[in-house]
Amino acid sequence: MAEVEVRDIRKSFGGADAVDGVSLLCRDGEYLVLLGPSGCGKTTLLRMIAGLEQPTGGDILIGGKSVKGLPPRARKIAMVFQSYALYPHKKVGQNISFPLEAQGMSKEERDERVRWAADLIGIGHLLERKPRQLSGGERQRVALARALVRDPQVFLLDEPLSNLDAKLRASARLELKQFQQRVGVSTIYVTHDQVEAMGLGDRIAVLNKGRLQQVGTPDEIYHQPANAFVATFVGSPPMNLMQRDGRLVGFRPENVRVVKRSEHGDGASAFPCRVIRIENLGSDRYVYVSVKDDAGESKLIAKLAISEVIGVQADDEADLLVEKRFLRFFDRDTGESTAA
Amino acid sequence: MRSRPLVSILRWVVLLLFALVCAFPFAWAAFTMFKSNDDLYTVGHVPFFYNSPPTLDNLRVLLTETAFGTFVVNSVEIGVIVVILTLLASVPAAYAIARLTGQWGGKLAMLIFIIYLVPPTLLFLPLSRVVAELGLQDSIWSLVLVYPTLTAPFSTWLLVGFFRTVPRDIEEQAMVDGYSRVGAVVRTVLPLAVPGILTVVIFTFALTMNDFIYAVAFISTSSQMTVSAGVPTELIRGDVFFWQSLMAATVLVAVPVALAYNLFLDRFVKGLALGGVKG
Amino acid sequence: MSAPPATRGTVIVEESVRVHHLLDRDSVLGPVLLAPLMIYLAALVGVPLVTVFVYAFSDATTGSESFSFVGLETFQRTLADPVFQGAIRNTIVFTVLSQIIVIVLATILGFVMSADFKGKWIVRFLILLPWTTPVALSALAWLWMLDSLFSPFNWILGQLHAVPIGTPVAWLGENNLAVGTVVALQAWRTMPLAAVILMAGLTSIPPELNEQAEVDGAGFWRRLFDITFPLLAPIMMVAILFGIVATFTDMAAVYILTHGGPGNATQVLASWSFYTGIQGGSLAQGAAIGVFMFPVLVGVCILMLRRASGVEVT
Repeated sequence: MAEVEVRDIRKSFGGADAVDGVSLLCRDGEYLVLLGPSGCGKTTLLRMIAGLEQPTGGDILIGGKSVKGLPPRARKIAMVFQSYALYPHKKVGQNISFPLEAQGMSKEERDERVRWAADLIGIGHLLERKPRQLSGGERQRVALARALVRDPQVFLLDEPLSNLDAKLRASARLELKQFQQRVGVSTIYVTHDQVEAMGLGDRIAVLNKGRLQQVGTPDEIYHQPANAFVATFVGSPPMNLMQRDGRLVGFRPENVRVVKRSEHGDGASAFPCRVIRIENLGSDRYVYVSVKDDAGESKLIAKLAISEVIGVQADDEADLLVEKRFLRFFDRDTGESTAA
Repeated sequence: MRSRPLVSILRWVVLLLFALVCAFPFAWAAFTMFKSNDDLYTVGHVPFFYNSPPTLDNLRVLLTETAFGTFVVNSVEIGVIVVILTLLASVPAAYAIARLTGQWGGKLAMLIFIIYLVPPTLLFLPLSRVVAELGLQDSIWSLVLVYPTLTAPFSTWLLVGFFRTVPRDIEEQAMVDGYSRVGAVVRTVLPLAVPGILTVVIFTFALTMNDFIYAVAFISTSSQMTVSAGVPTELIRGDVFFWQSLMAATVLVAVPVALAYNLFLDRFVKGLALGGVKG
Repeated sequence: MSAPPATRGTVIVEESVRVHHLLDRDSVLGPVLLAPLMIYLAALVGVPLVTVFVYAFSDATTGSESFSFVGLETFQRTLADPVFQGAIRNTIVFTVLSQIIVIVLATILGFVMSADFKGKWIVRFLILLPWTTPVALSALAWLWMLDSLFSPFNWILGQLHAVPIGTPVAWLGENNLAVGTVVALQAWRTMPLAAVILMAGLTSIPPELNEQAEVDGAGFWRRLFDITFPLLAPIMMVAILFGIVATFTDMAAVYILTHGGPGNATQVLASWSFYTGIQGGSLAQGAAIGVFMFPVLVGVCILMLRRASGVEVT
């Protein structure tokens, strides 16, 4: 395993910049997630690291050495595509041994390695089947086994869970994380799903429009967003933002209490609002309110546990109470975070 | 459709009519080939019966006393070699257009289409000079040299369509797994494109048999002629048409070719759709 | 942490890729893969194409090695020649007439064949025969079938007393009949491909469109003309495109059926070019005649493709 670093890397297609000067380091053994909406450049970045696209500027280093001119086969990386790209005309066992054949390994050694990888991932019983006979989850595991078998320096994963049923995804996420921790290979993982990112990443790199917005642990990303984009992209429902006193004020829905007007809390900030609607969603209660701010009116959300009693109803005039420590401030024009 | 049985019958009638019109000349040829001379050439006889018993004699004459066998051998030889040459040129080119060209790929495809439009009935004039100058006049090799101009453009077009059905992921995965692009394509894309390649093989072979003008313009010696050139010209001695043998030759060639085409027709049309309309 | 089994003496990828080929670069590999095809086509289509135009402006013959330029003289002679004028007319007429027939017939056949039924394979086999058979042999079969003495049609007509005895129908010997026969042959042999393409096109129309229209109250004919035909139109263009190319430039049908006769009544550009160039020996004239085929063809095809794909071409 090794460090992966990109330095000021750029990629433009025609006139448009898909990746615009990103610098990032994935440490040895780290699980780094590239998170962002579609079109933000995360997949392009991943493909450049793999060698499937050539950067128009900047450098890529694996294990401290520049790999910029090298074709994918020389980079000692393993990649799993969103579609898993299993070779349809080969059996599972042959799929997994394919990278080893490319290395010229002897048949005995290949078989031994394939066994090892398949057992590690738990698909030893599938080796004689063809990909079309497998379920989505099984195919994903075969792709992982194939990635593992060549003992790569880096794993590159491009949204490998998005083709799975929603129900399967949570358990697949857990398995994936455990697998990576056991094997200990540096991993770069692309996703647009912030729940996945939060759950899997040692660190998360948030990208938008080809630029790096923030790199940090899930905690840092969530609680100390570097700009309004990160603040609203991560978190479900997204962070509430309103304009006040010439700047943006933000707070997360779960940090809000909704009380009747004129009841005041303990040093919490109070924002007058009108309740629009209350949704009971099983374990949570969402309260939709409307607040007057610099920009006119903003619709905000409060997320409360169902067990919390609330004393307001739709159309009530109420107050949103937020403890000062949960407030975040952003520049109104640039979106960058500013001090209180 | 509401009135089920009526529509069904109508459909069958229309189908039968079409089948009849399409197949009748061949049916008539097949019928004729077994007719004995006295039966055939007596004007009073009803042409639809075997007034004298059907005979295999005409078939025998065709196969043993004419150059038909040679024509077939020549056509097959030429066909096989041209198929190989066509694949050698078209497969790499089609892959390049399908995967490697981006912007100018569309223009290239259009150029190849325009080349397809250049008629052999126009090019035969300068090409017959070229053939003569290369000393290939009167040899099947003149056709081997020239036929890929007929087969390669269209084959490339078809192959582009077939390559596009293989997901890009597959060869990129193979590249990450340790092969160069060429190695990756050979091991993953080509095996998956085999049905498409077979379709191109059949089509190319049939196309070489279909040519008439080059075969007639370049070759005048019987021993080097193809089926298309030889049957209409050589099986006619003076003004005498040996019709039964001629029709036997037609049927013997038409049926296998049609059979081969039918096996691959669905893929052929799919390939047209994929490689075709958008170029 | 699980480690893979120790590798004994295995060559690791990084070391085995000693030479990072130029071919790893897509910008190099692309042209390399295209080169054989493009060089071959440039040499055996591109150059001869230019040569044909050169011939047309010269006095080249099959006899001599050298030739000289004569400007527009050959063209002027060609354009003035009534046989040439007839040939151009015929080429266009044969193509247009035969393909109109093809559009109608192929559409009917495409519809009728679109459902699955027993024996479809055999029907398809029979219907494809005209297209799959080499054109020279098909023409030969027609030649026999229409022989004025021995044609089964003439026999039937005679039995029905539809024609006076002793004057059998000369399908290939009488001007208008000969023209009709050639048109019929071209339609007959190009129709199957068009039908097959249309069939595929029909199945590609999402059934929801018709279902929606049915719910919205459109009757069978309305749906046919307002939904199915417009969607089918681009596919139809492609379908008859092949037929147009095959008919416009073909010389085998005319050569074998009529030799251009009776008396040049059925000459087309391709056949007349052949007779003048090879049998007449004047490469220049043959070229001047044949040259007219190409630009018209390219123009028509580009126009049709534009319509068909709705995309800007070149």
